[in-house]
Amino acid sequence: MSLQELLLMRHEWLLIAAVVALLLLELNFSEAKKTNVIPAAAIIFTIVTLIGFLPSENGRAFGGMFITDPIRTLMKNILNLGVLIVFLQSGSWLRTQNNFNRVTEFYLLIISSVIGVSYMISAGHLLMFYLGLELLTIPIAAAASYEQYKSKSAEAGIKLILSSAFSSAILLFGISMLYGTTGTLYFSDIKLAGELLTVLSFVFLFSGLAFKISIVPFHLWTADVYEGSPTSITSYLSVVSKGAAIFVLLIFFASVFGPLQEVWQQVVYGTAIFTMTIGNLFAIRQQNLKRFLAFSSIAQAGFILLGMVGGTPLGMATVIYFILIYVFSNLAAFGVVVAVEQVSGKINITDYNGLYNTNPRLSLTMMLALFSLAGIPPLAGFFGKFFLFTAAAESGFYTLLFIAVLNAVISLYYYLLVVKAMFINKSDAPIGYFQSDYSSRIAMSACVLGILTTGFYSPIFEFIKKLCLESF
Amino acid sequence: MGYQYTIWILILPIVAFVINGLGSGKLPGKISGWIATVAIGISAFLSYKTAFQFFGSGSHEKIIAVKTTWLRFNEGLQIDMGILLDPISIMMLVVITTVSLMVFVYSQGYMKGEKGYDRYFAFLSLFSFSMLGLVVATNLFQTYMFWELVGVSSYLLIGFYYDKPAAVAASKKAFIVTRFADLGFLIGILIISFYTGTFDFDILTRPEAMTLPVTATFLGLSTMTWALLLVFMGGAGKSAMFPLHIWLPDAMEGPTPVSALIHAATMVVAGVYLVARLFPTYSVLAPDALEVVAFIGAFTTLFAAVIACTQFDIKRILAFSTMSQIGYMMLALGVSGYGGEEGLGYTASLFHLFTHAFFKALLFLGAGSIIHAVHTNDIREMGGLRKYQPITHILFLIACLAIAGIPPFAGFFSKDEILAAAFATHPIYYIIGTLVAGLTAFYMFRLYFIVFWGKSTSYTHTPHESPVIMTLPMMILGIGSVVAGLIPFGSYISSDGVPLKGHIDWVVATISVVLALVGILIAFKFYKTESAKPEAISKSFGAFYRSALSKFYFDELYIAITKGVIFRFVSKPLAWFDRNVIDAFMNLIAAITNWVSSQIKEFQSGQLQKYAFIFISGVIIILLSFLYANQ
Repeated sequence: MSLQELLLMRHEWLLIAAVVALLLLELNFSEAKKTNVIPAAAIIFTIVTLIGFLPSENGRAFGGMFITDPIRTLMKNILNLGVLIVFLQSGSWLRTQNNFNRVTEFYLLIISSVIGVSYMISAGHLLMFYLGLELLTIPIAAAASYEQYKSKSAEAGIKLILSSAFSSAILLFGISMLYGTTGTLYFSDIKLAGELLTVLSFVFLFSGLAFKISIVPFHLWTADVYEGSPTSITSYLSVVSKGAAIFVLLIFFASVFGPLQEVWQQVVYGTAIFTMTIGNLFAIRQQNLKRFLAFSSIAQAGFILLGMVGGTPLGMATVIYFILIYVFSNLAAFGVVVAVEQVSGKINITDYNGLYNTNPRLSLTMMLALFSLAGIPPLAGFFGKFFLFTAAAESGFYTLLFIAVLNAVISLYYYLLVVKAMFINKSDAPIGYFQSDYSSRIAMSACVLGILTTGFYSPIFEFIKKLCLESF
Repeated sequence: MGYQYTIWILILPIVAFVINGLGSGKLPGKISGWIATVAIGISAFLSYKTAFQFFGSGSHEKIIAVKTTWLRFNEGLQIDMGILLDPISIMMLVVITTVSLMVFVYSQGYMKGEKGYDRYFAFLSLFSFSMLGLVVATNLFQTYMFWELVGVSSYLLIGFYYDKPAAVAASKKAFIVTRFADLGFLIGILIISFYTGTFDFDILTRPEAMTLPVTATFLGLSTMTWALLLVFMGGAGKSAMFPLHIWLPDAMEGPTPVSALIHAATMVVAGVYLVARLFPTYSVLAPDALEVVAFIGAFTTLFAAVIACTQFDIKRILAFSTMSQIGYMMLALGVSGYGGEEGLGYTASLFHLFTHAFFKALLFLGAGSIIHAVHTNDIREMGGLRKYQPITHILFLIACLAIAGIPPFAGFFSKDEILAAAFATHPIYYIIGTLVAGLTAFYMFRLYFIVFWGKSTSYTHTPHESPVIMTLPMMILGIGSVVAGLIPFGSYISSDGVPLKGHIDWVVATISVVLALVGILIAFKFYKTESAKPEAISKSFGAFYRSALSKFYFDELYIAITKGVIFRFVSKPLAWFDRNVIDAFMNLIAAITNWVSSQIKEFQSGQLQKYAFIFISGVIIILLSFLYANQ
């Protein structure tokens, strides 16, 4: 093995270095000054994210276990961006009485999980993928129960770890069956035929990833865990963890399961319908904003499947593009929820009544985020959804498209409920005016900027499309 | 040297819009006016630079200065955003930025102390941006987008005094009428792009493109003719051509400088520009459509001139005169041929557009100056103003002479070319045009004599001359109104890019000047001093006069059609259907959604063991469905 090969793992090395740096910082700060880690972590992660964007080498390391190419680098960069925004938004929450002395723990857990994300995306071998997946999950389960003093948080952690253990077991079962039929775990060596055992192994593997993406019927943990976890962890789960799993699914469809397209198309088709519909039907009923966003993110996952179902490179490009926009939109929404929760402890939709009168800018941010999620032009979300729909239409899935359009209408309804609460409903005791800290304002501004510009700046999509045409 | 810098002509006004829009209510004092003025000033400078560079180079070839692909549908069809420079777009850049700059400066005096000062300049900048974007568009789709933006900013500016019901109604009327016309425009664009596979002007107007497969016919006319007629419908809406003219007189509810900029010099000529832009296509593929353009233009010019003779609101008189002059331009385009001497109409039309921008903007700014001084729009309440407003008086007189076509003022040269072009091909339109030249002189001098001479009116407070910030732009436009006609226009702008030698057709010129002088003389007799003659003459016209005074009842006609026919027989049944069938269906769907939603909530029990059960059931169901499918 040469140094050259090691350098291919730039993202991973950077993240590991960040972990080490934070550990050293933690040791050097006295008990009272632990909160200094917060800006330090933000700066370190900003650097990590920026370096990630520099041009990089492509190739394989460890005999093909580890692959890096432009599309994978792009995926990692998108997710790093999401993590950075989550970090910026969590500052004031970490400074609170209960958390300030365990700040570093939070960052270590998340960055470790991001290391898992990176390895999972770059995996060229199913075991490598599996290790990445576990490294992604276990620290997050710990982070979900970060607020141990709250029973809900503990419950979320337990539920996440148990249910992911369950899904991992099934996924591992699928991997072993794949090994049984093909005798190898390298993506490049696996040659699948449509026999029943491979279908079985595919369904098992798919369900494991579907669990992470919260595809119906593997989504049930989502609402409980999202609700119970600290909101910053929820935003991480809903954006980064979900996005990573979707990216890996894309890679699987294009590589290992490429020959099985007819099979997975049917599975994706069916689950897409259920995911959109069930996610929406549940979202309508939610009062708690975190649960609300949980189900909305399930429904969004259903829309994402729409881009995959055709199995075309263009469809894959629309999915990656959509995730980029989803990062901005969803994190803007979560940013507002975090900020409001931090100041008032309130988390229900009715608590937001009259928010526009007291906090107009925050309300506008939330409105833009929700409109973007609902796919209203000219916001980025519209372009994202539009391209997903186009991808499905080009592959001729008109029935699916029709259902998706109906679901888009339903989703508009419940997104508007929140907007209505903020702008139209009156409240006797609205949440008072407050100003959130600098870092979260920066994060929210970045999200708003992303929502407003991503759709219009067409080179972004052209770039992703080009990469996808080259890679898939 | 390249033309990339032309992008700044567009960027500066939009930046001014954003700054003034975001800072609305927070910017100190009159800074917003200066931001907008400086931005448009630099744009104007760059436009002149472009003009010198382009015309100085001697070549009249189209240049794509900036181009980016905005949206790609397939290999052939894509929407670009860019800047197209050719003689007419550069001429429009010069006209728009010049008039804008004058109006911006003027507005600083006119709007001083008004509520919403920065909002006003924000909208004004938005308008300039949209209008500039429209004229430099490289393709039909970009034109359409900026076309609509222009419509929106016009709507916002007409309704600037949004607490005044008449202004709100006028803004809505303008928006709805032009939107209705734009529907035709959009359909036209879609038809054109469907048959030709492109939006690009460059391809659409290239002579080779004239062999496009457009043989399909509909109701006896080729598809291309229909498409171009629909495009013209959009142009007629914006340019207030009969019968889509009804919004323009009402649009005078907006602030007067706005009327000068939008409803006199720039936006209303967008329709003319659009036809000129597609002129080669019209001329070769759809001569029938050009006939329609000529007819509508000729009719509107006469129709509006007759109404203008009877009105008493100073701005409405000017509005009808604008319609009449734009009718001239359309008429000239309609009678023009493509290439060589036959293309005289094309040159004449754009020449008139150019000169008209100066004197009509001046007339409106003069009207603004008068209204500013006497606080009324009704000319019956004015009189003898020459003593109080000497500068305005002189400038107004210059503009009146220019529009009346008296040599050597600007209007004479352009109008003469139009009449000569009509004379060569369509004598009947020539007769109408000449007649209207007389009418124009009459109604303009009727206005002039009533306002500046006439009876001495006692004003509640003495009218005063406007401040320099208002008179200075008027003086500059006044100079333009005098000298703009001396430009050898044909050597810059012609239908096929080959310089056209302009010359004055003395027969045509003499007849029209004599008629104009007669018109002025009659106005002088009637209105220099108060007399009973006009009253008597209008009585003798009887019903005709009354209907002209009521603008030939077109507003009433439209209301009768919309309220009586469309609302009662179309909208009401549709509303019923909407409420009782569509809404009910939607409510049913909503109810079902809610019901299902409450039925399935049990799945989300919070119990992990149930979750695991559902998870594994999901896996098994998927597998079983495959087993079943594979049998």
